[in-house]
Amino acid sequence: MAKERHELNKNLAQMLKGGVIMDVTNAEQAKIAQDAGACAVMALEKIPADIRVAGGVSRMSDPKMISGIQKAVSIPVMAKCRIGHIVEARILEAIEIDYIDESEVLTPADDLFQIDKSQFKVPFVCGAKNLGEALRRIHEGASMIRTKGEPGTGNVVQAVHHMRTITREIAELRLDNLKVKAEEYRVPLSLVEEVLAKKRLPVVNFAAGGVATPADASLMMLLGAEGVFVGSGIFKSGDPKKRANAIVKAVTNYQDYGMIAKLSENLGDAMVGINEKEIEILMAERGW
Amino acid sequence: MKIGILAVQGAFIEHKHILDSLGIESFEIRQKKDAMSDFDGLILPGGESTVMNKLLRELDIFETLKKKINSGLPVFGTCAGVILLSKKVKNDNFLCFESADIEVERNAYGRQLGSFLAKEEFNDSEIKMSFIRAPKITKTGKGVEVLARVNGDIVAARDKKQLMTTFHPELNTDIVHKYFIEMIKGI
Repeated sequence: MAKERHELNKNLAQMLKGGVIMDVTNAEQAKIAQDAGACAVMALEKIPADIRVAGGVSRMSDPKMISGIQKAVSIPVMAKCRIGHIVEARILEAIEIDYIDESEVLTPADDLFQIDKSQFKVPFVCGAKNLGEALRRIHEGASMIRTKGEPGTGNVVQAVHHMRTITREIAELRLDNLKVKAEEYRVPLSLVEEVLAKKRLPVVNFAAGGVATPADASLMMLLGAEGVFVGSGIFKSGDPKKRANAIVKAVTNYQDYGMIAKLSENLGDAMVGINEKEIEILMAERGW
Repeated sequence: MKIGILAVQGAFIEHKHILDSLGIESFEIRQKKDAMSDFDGLILPGGESTVMNKLLRELDIFETLKKKINSGLPVFGTCAGVILLSKKVKNDNFLCFESADIEVERNAYGRQLGSFLAKEEFNDSEIKMSFIRAPKITKTGKGVEVLARVNGDIVAARDKKQLMTTFHPELNTDIVHKYFIEMIKGI
């Protein structure tokens, strides 16, 4: 039963591929996102850029606000819980969320353990900076992975770094180093064997954390992402509707640069980006 | 034989892998020029129907494919693909190709917690069926042939040259794709 559920949960991520998952903070934004072609929305009270400004502890969103978004759209609705916060995850499961993001964007609740996701019926997506982290999350039961990037910055450099690292580390797996790698990554040998055989992660892998423009989205697809999360990039920009539309089309036709050139015209102001060296909290460092 | 797979969003690569394994040539349809080319069959994959409907129109693919479907191009829709083909979506004003004489209900089994696996017969073979936030075919017109049921619900149907499954054969089996290829050949 648990195995079947995990399979179905991995399958849902497959259906999201080639799509854009957008952060929304209310039902109105969720509708804008759906109309713009989002394949799912991430319901959260504050987008990462605002979490940075507000500071303090950031937690799971109000279940009522999430339910409001669930009623407003027909596409899947995701929501975030704090790293290691089993009860926040159970609450999200109780309101039948389609995907839980155990996310470094919120303040971690456990400094040693991430959630044992295999104990849940709802699927989880988790962030990763490298192959080891991705495989630890998958071993814990995650059915989808995303790069961590550096959320709320509008700077794509970390997402690029994480995607390239995962790709490189998969390419570096060989029959004669598998045992060493499994030990290094602290995961069962069978999982590393599966990655070597498939030459890819055993679950869908999206890009996240810093995507702000159609060109950024296309770049991540080109580097091997199977879809893109856009957080602050849309609703922190001058013309969210237009930008959301453009990013969706740029993901579908990520190698048609003439089209992306047109899509990039007159988008208004992008979110004001910040460099990770200028910020105090590195969200990507959360999680282990 | 060459099959076009709508590739604007969703699980299109899974269909390609099955066709590859059967030695059938296929290509991805992402823009109008792809849709305009010559091909013998069309696959509308699983994914989000709202996204696909929007991109079909905005990437200027819709009219070309609609004409081809209306003039008898064999088409195979899985999950969201069924919604794109249906004449009517229950409790919704969603309309896309409106070519298959069926009514569907979207997300009819609820959210992801309602997703499930089943084993049932399709064309005399028992196959594994994955239902992911699946729709239900709630009504069928006169000429529509029911090909499979799970717990009484219609999960596979055929309206002339249009083959539809509310589940995802591309995840588990090549049986339904083989049926589609026979259908293209006119057997």
